[in-house]
Amino acid sequence: MDNILIAENITKDFTGHRALDDVSIAVPRGKVYGLLGPNGAGKTTLIRIINHITAPDSGYVEFDGHALTAADVAHIGYLPEERGLYKKMKVGEQAMFFARLKGLSKHDAEKALRHWFDRLEISEWWDKKIEELSKGMAQKVQFIVTVLHQPKLLIFDEPFSGFDPINAGILKREILRLRSEGATVIFSTHNMASVEELCDEITLINRSRNILSGPVGQLREQFGANIYEFSFAGNPESLRAAVGHMGAGFDLGSVDDSGYARATISLQSPDDVRPLLAAANEAVHINSFRHVLPSMDDIFVAAVSASNSESKQ
Amino acid sequence: MNSGLKLIISREYLSRVKRKSFIISTILVPILMIGLSAAPALVMMLSTPESRIVAVIDESGDVAGRLSDNGEVHFIEASAPLDSLRSDEAYDAILVLGADVVKRPGQSITLYSRGAPAMATSSYISQQLENAIEDIRLEAYDIANIKQILADVQVTVDYPTIRIDKEEDTASSATLSYFIGLMLDMMLYMFILIYGQMVMNSIIEEKNNRVLEIVVSSVKPTSLMLGKIVGVGLVAITQILIWAVVLGACSLWTVPMLSGLAEADGNAEFTAAMGQLADTGFITSLFVYLVLFFIGGYLFYSAIYAAIGSAVDNVQDASQLSTIATMPVIIGIVASMAILNNPNSTLSFWVSVFPFTSPMAMMSRLPYGVPMWEILLSLAVLYASFMALIWVCAKIYRVGIFMYGKKPTLMEIIRWARYK
Repeated sequence: MDNILIAENITKDFTGHRALDDVSIAVPRGKVYGLLGPNGAGKTTLIRIINHITAPDSGYVEFDGHALTAADVAHIGYLPEERGLYKKMKVGEQAMFFARLKGLSKHDAEKALRHWFDRLEISEWWDKKIEELSKGMAQKVQFIVTVLHQPKLLIFDEPFSGFDPINAGILKREILRLRSEGATVIFSTHNMASVEELCDEITLINRSRNILSGPVGQLREQFGANIYEFSFAGNPESLRAAVGHMGAGFDLGSVDDSGYARATISLQSPDDVRPLLAAANEAVHINSFRHVLPSMDDIFVAAVSASNSESKQ
Repeated sequence: MNSGLKLIISREYLSRVKRKSFIISTILVPILMIGLSAAPALVMMLSTPESRIVAVIDESGDVAGRLSDNGEVHFIEASAPLDSLRSDEAYDAILVLGADVVKRPGQSITLYSRGAPAMATSSYISQQLENAIEDIRLEAYDIANIKQILADVQVTVDYPTIRIDKEEDTASSATLSYFIGLMLDMMLYMFILIYGQMVMNSIIEEKNNRVLEIVVSSVKPTSLMLGKIVGVGLVAITQILIWAVVLGACSLWTVPMLSGLAEADGNAEFTAAMGQLADTGFITSLFVYLVLFFIGGYLFYSAIYAAIGSAVDNVQDASQLSTIATMPVIIGIVASMAILNNPNSTLSFWVSVFPFTSPMAMMSRLPYGVPMWEILLSLAVLYASFMALIWVCAKIYRVGIFMYGKKPTLMEIIRWARYK
């Protein structure tokens, strides 16, 4: 597969604390890649290494087919989790400064900025100072600064925090549009719903280690292997009597508005689905039956607690 | 120079120069300085002379008649007793002279005053009394023409100093050198503190509002630090230049006027001072070295301030650490005061080579004239130490800017410098 960024066996120590321990990731070109993990897991350190802000103690970073150099940061756009702009500077002036820091000429920077300001409908802010804007407004400016120089790789650290749902929607739309235009996005967040919505692949980092990597769909299949859900009419206890012994964790849910009850069961293997259905069909009237995929939330919690208990042993 | 560094410098410079506070302080400081120096004269001119009537009770009978009035103080011989004079509002003060006043003036003079007497009044009264008593004592010797003799022997000495270590003989004024040195020292002190701390505060601010992370994802932290130091330094230079132009314009107008005054006055020290000021060669070479030491001192200390700023999260924490930078500056200033009195001592030499104190020390020594090799040595040491220091501070800065939370100790900061 064509990867725009490969980080191999990255280790980084701070005084008395290992921030990254032999972490490897490979980010495929043109995808949205989720970098997940609890607070303090080492995500920000990894992002800083990719941004060439800090250097790893050991390990290798490859960008676009060659070893990462300081010059590559011109092709990377980074929106840090802790947002900040110069408070006393005017919006336009400030955006020009950052655009030119990324190597755009004065003319190109101004042209691109005017385009983006129109696009996000903030042209009238050009001569305002940052301190006059609300937090959400300032974040829009910062988003533009991040994407303006058309970087090949975009890194967003918690991009939706501080946005109202409408502006978060605009941001999601823009992120997906940038991907469709060929940019690769690394997306670090705690918001698992947005991971399901946006990410193609993820890596989960916990306690400085990479504990889970892969395409989102595949991971959900893998983690949700054999959980099935019935929606049915009839006596729940007779369903339990009929199928409860066939798998672990038979669980009855509440009755919904249309009068159907819910129940979930976890099977040993997919081969048990047919006998399960047959037995259930005898006991109750089945309205629907489906294979349950776990949410990214479930996967996150399961993987992190598994890794935590493992490291405790 | 890479374009990132250039952009940082121009942002730091422009954002400060355009600020209202800069424009206001640039205009206000000279006005304030002129105002402050003119204030005493103005006060003297505007305050109306106070008129005081002093009743004199003279038990010796000889002194009171010799006291002469001036515009403010009027002596009136009184014969009424002290108690009745005290209650008489017509008199502002009562001067009581004992019978023994000529022999033992220390024990025989008392002044009763309604309200505290003005300094000028009381010193005028003393002076009048001294003259009178001196005259009486002199007369007691009974020498003919004694006053004439005294006037003949009185002398005031004042002479020009000719520097023989220069190619041509030039008269130089020690007093002028002293004041130029003092003024430059104060200016350097002010600029290092004000602009060094400006560098420090701006780093803390960037760290606090997290704009730092975006900037360092585009340029190297070292470039950001250097850009900041240079940008703020250019602001300082701009301000100095504006003031220098104003001052230069003023002196173009006042120096010839004062020189004329000096010649008319015939005071050699004053003439030399004016000659020195009008000597463009002297001024130019002085100015070039001064600027070099000024810049060196600023760079050296602002690098320290930058390292401190990167290590802390807020200005409160910084104030404690910044003593590291402030202490040597103050020591340098104190040493310079000593140098002003003895510019060619061994202490002066070492203090003006040691990079922590050399900018301050040279400010006070340069106006007196310093051998070329000493100037070059001092400059070389200063700039070499700046290079070494900026290398160390850049390392501290690189680590420090990503450290949030607890305030680091000095030992921890030194350890950061050793990180790879």
